[in-house]
Amino acid sequence: MAHGPDLSLSIARLTFGGEVLYKDFHLNVAGGEIVALIGPSGVGKTTLLRILAGVETGFDGLALVDGHPAPLAPVPGLVFQDARLLPWLSCADNLRAVRPDVSDEVVAQALAATGLVDVQDKWPRQLSGGMQRRLGLARALLVNPRLMLLDEPFVSLDRVVVRELQALVTDLIVQSGATAVLVSHDPQDAARLAHRVVIIAGRPVQIAADLALDALPAQRSRTQIIAYEDRIETAMVESAL
Amino acid sequence: MSPALDPRPVAPRPKGEAWLGWASFLLMIGLWGAAALAVNSRFLPAPWTVIAHISWLTNEAHLLPDFTVTLGRAALGFVTAMVLGTVIGIALGRSRLVDRLFLNWVVVGMNLPAIVIAILCFIWLGLNDKALILAVVLNKTPLVITNIRQGVLSFDPAFDELARAYRLSRGQTFRLIHAPQLVPYLLTAARTGLSLVWKIVLVFEVLGSDSGVGFRVSLFFQFFDLKGILAYTLVFVAIVMVLEHVAIGPLERRLLKWRTDQT
Repeated sequence: MAHGPDLSLSIARLTFGGEVLYKDFHLNVAGGEIVALIGPSGVGKTTLLRILAGVETGFDGLALVDGHPAPLAPVPGLVFQDARLLPWLSCADNLRAVRPDVSDEVVAQALAATGLVDVQDKWPRQLSGGMQRRLGLARALLVNPRLMLLDEPFVSLDRVVVRELQALVTDLIVQSGATAVLVSHDPQDAARLAHRVVIIAGRPVQIAADLALDALPAQRSRTQIIAYEDRIETAMVESAL
Repeated sequence: MSPALDPRPVAPRPKGEAWLGWASFLLMIGLWGAAALAVNSRFLPAPWTVIAHISWLTNEAHLLPDFTVTLGRAALGFVTAMVLGTVIGIALGRSRLVDRLFLNWVVVGMNLPAIVIAILCFIWLGLNDKALILAVVLNKTPLVITNIRQGVLSFDPAFDELARAYRLSRGQTFRLIHAPQLVPYLLTAARTGLSLVWKIVLVFEVLGSDSGVGFRVSLFFQFFDLKGILAYTLVFVAIVMVLEHVAIGPLERRLLKWRTDQT
C-alpha cells in the first residue's frame, strides 16, 4: 500500500492580532503516520491545520507536503469540526461539490463507507449531528486523499456516536495509508487514533511533549487506550505547569 | 452565517390556508363595493362598474397598448438595473478600495429625488424613451447595489475556506458557494425593485411621455374620469399579483427549497 506524503512544517514567525502565535516552530510527520496535535482550546492548533491545508499563507516559513509547498500539494481530505456542509445542496451534491466528475455510484460508495444510507436527496439540515459529521468525512474521502486533516471531528457529539466515528475514521485512514493530522483537545481521541501525539502549549506555541504510542491504532485494547489516555493527560498537565 | 442563510428549517405555510389570501382580496373588493353603494357618487364607482369599464377600455380604447408600452419600459429598466446593480454590488462587496471610493456615490444615488433625476434626463436627452428608461435605471440601481453589497458582505468566510481547501476554481466557488448566498438578497432586490420601477415609470410617463399608463392616467385626471383611473389601477394590481404568484413566488420557493422542504 502506498503511504501518504511526508509533511514538514517550519514557522519562523506567525502573528495573530498583534500577538506572536508561533516562533521558530518545527513539526515533521512521516508518510502514513497519524499524528494527533493536542493542546488547550485557543492555543492555535487549527491554525497549524489551516497551514497544512494551504488556506493559511500569512506567515514566515514553509509548509512542505512531499517536498512541495502546501497550496500546490495534492488536495487534502479536510474534515471540519462544524461539518461545514453547504445547506443549499443535497447530501449527494455536497459530495459532488468537491469532485464534480464522480458518478452516482462513487458518491453512493463514499456515503456507504461512512455508514450513510438513503441520504443522497436529503438536505444536510435533515441529518443528525453525527450524520452530518459522517457526510463531512465522506466528502473528505471522495477526493481520495493521501493527506487527511481532521479538525476536532468528534467535538459536541454524544459518547456513542464519538466511539462509532473514532472506529470508522481509524479504519478508513489505516486502510488508505494516508498521512493524517488530527487536531483535538481531548486525550481520548489521540489515545484511540494516533501513532504519535504532539502536545503544544505556550505563547509563542512550542512542542511541550512528543509521545509515540506503540500499538497500532486499529489493534489497541481497551487497557492500552486507557493507559495512553493517562499518559497523554499527564503530559498535558505537566506542559501547563 | 447571515440570517438569510440560516440552515434551520423554515416552516412552510400550511396549504389549507391559501384560500385566506384570496378571501382577503375578495373582502377588499366587498368593502369597496359597500362604500360605493353607500356614497353613491360618480367619484367612487363600484367595482363591477369599473370591471365593465376595463372591458370597454380593452376593446374600444387604449388599455392594451398603454400597458404594453409601460410594461416594456418597466421590464427594460428593471432588468438593466438588476444586472448593473448586481455587478456593481459584488464589486463593492468584494473590494474594500472600490467600496471606499464609490459607496458615497451609492448613498447619493439612493437619496436623490426621483423627480430630479427624471427632469435632468429629460433635459439632457429629450422627452423620449431613452431618457425615461435611463431615469428609471438611475433610480433603481443604487437600491440593488445596496442589497447585493450587503449580501456579499455577509458571505460566510467558513465556506470560502472550504472552497480554498478543496481547490475549487473561481467559477465553481461562485456557482456553489457565492451565488446561493446571494439568492435571498437578489430576491429582495427584485421584489422591492419591481414595485419601485412600476411607480417610477408611471410618474415619469406623467411627466414627460405621450404614451403608456402614466400618460393615460394623467389624461383621465384632467377629465376627472375616476372610472378610467380605477380601471387602470385594477389592471395594474392584477398584473402585480400575477407576477408575484406566477413568477417571483414560485421562483423563490424553488430557489430556497432547501429551507422549507420537509421530504
